[in-house]
Amino acid sequence: MSDVITTDAVIIGAGPCGLFAVFELGLLDIRCHVVDILDRPGGQCAELYPEKPIYDIPALPVVTGAELTSRLLEQIKPFHPEFHYNHMVTAVKKLGDADFEVETDGGLKFRSKVVVIAAGGGSFQPKKPPIPGIEAYENGSVFYSVKKMDALRGKDVLIVGGGDSALDWTINLQPIARSLTLLHRRDDFRAAPDSVKKMRELAEAGKMSFKLGQVTGLKGDNGVLSAATVKGNDGASFDVACNAMLPFFGLTMKLGPVAEWGLNLHENLIPVDTEKFETSVEGIFAIGDINTYPGKLKLILSGFHEAALMAQKVFKLKNPGERLMFQYTTSSSNLQKKLGVS
Amino acid sequence: MAKITFIQHNGTEQTVDGLPGMSVMETAVKNQVPGIDADCGGACACATCHVYIEPDWVEKAGARNPMEEDMLDFAFDVRDNSRLSCQIKVSDALDGLRVKVPEKQF
Repeated sequence: MSDVITTDAVIIGAGPCGLFAVFELGLLDIRCHVVDILDRPGGQCAELYPEKPIYDIPALPVVTGAELTSRLLEQIKPFHPEFHYNHMVTAVKKLGDADFEVETDGGLKFRSKVVVIAAGGGSFQPKKPPIPGIEAYENGSVFYSVKKMDALRGKDVLIVGGGDSALDWTINLQPIARSLTLLHRRDDFRAAPDSVKKMRELAEAGKMSFKLGQVTGLKGDNGVLSAATVKGNDGASFDVACNAMLPFFGLTMKLGPVAEWGLNLHENLIPVDTEKFETSVEGIFAIGDINTYPGKLKLILSGFHEAALMAQKVFKLKNPGERLMFQYTTSSSNLQKKLGVS
Repeated sequence: MAKITFIQHNGTEQTVDGLPGMSVMETAVKNQVPGIDADCGGACACATCHVYIEPDWVEKAGARNPMEEDMLDFAFDVRDNSRLSCQIKVSDALDGLRVKVPEKQF
């Protein structure tokens, strides 16, 4: 994909603040593309607490993370944002005085007037279990996600974990692996019951094995794994022969590539001013949990406010010299037209 | 007020005041105890506030709830005395509680 996507704004992060930024920018005729590392919108609301209640969104006495996300998506629909999921923004470069070039790990390239970082706690990345020496095997024998199933064909695969990723990949890889072992710390799973049932059937039919325990060490040479040492739930240790291991322990937030974009950072947060929420680079803004300023509160409602003020400055950058008339959605026929309600 | 002691992997101890009603995780974060990451802020949704309860306190700290048991699947090196500190409420009965912080949450 070498085609460059030209747009007004690239928003990094499809959490609540990134989504609401689409709304505030949209009212000012600023077109947006939204990039997120997850496979769906919502950010932390989707990944960490889709079913958990939030009590401090103004006028919504209680709302779940999933519901808040779907309401925001409905609210920004009139502005036709384009979403790019499963992409991590890897590079943001300033081109000359005006534009930015934004690149993702999936090969997307954007040219935009501004960049809005709404990346919350950073990018969600797979948790890497702190097994001694695991780094030496990463990408050769240890994988935290499956990019190409074929790479595991004919391998002796060990899958560790009890969530949906662990169970789904157990079922998907069993037919192509030479042998497959699922290792979990207990005989109970947080994964979908249907997948658990399938896994148990495969194990009973002798097509794979399911073992209880936790990995304590790895054996191998030159980055090639030969076995994982496991402490069983009875306390005894045993080895599981394998040349590929897939640990699935969920996701954690890491700042990620943001640190390499030439922005001033303070304790892994991006300092901004409180008038425009702009970073140390003109045209790059930071809103929501990822920014910091005196008095900052990591609340969704603060991110909404930040999005509104940010949009004012973006308008000025896009339309130099033009005066922006402040309008209310309640009374402005112009804004109502954009919202598709008049 | 309940005194809670956090023991780091290297043996360093830090004793802080816990307010009844707050969670052990919140108490740790408020006092900047290293190693309690608490990514999700206490929603029992991330397993990055994992602690080991010292043997004498296991019973008083109580049993894991089902949501916590599920979430511990995403913690590393789970032992019989593993708990998620966001799910333990500080109370006068826990005055003197001692918990170990794992070497790494992840």
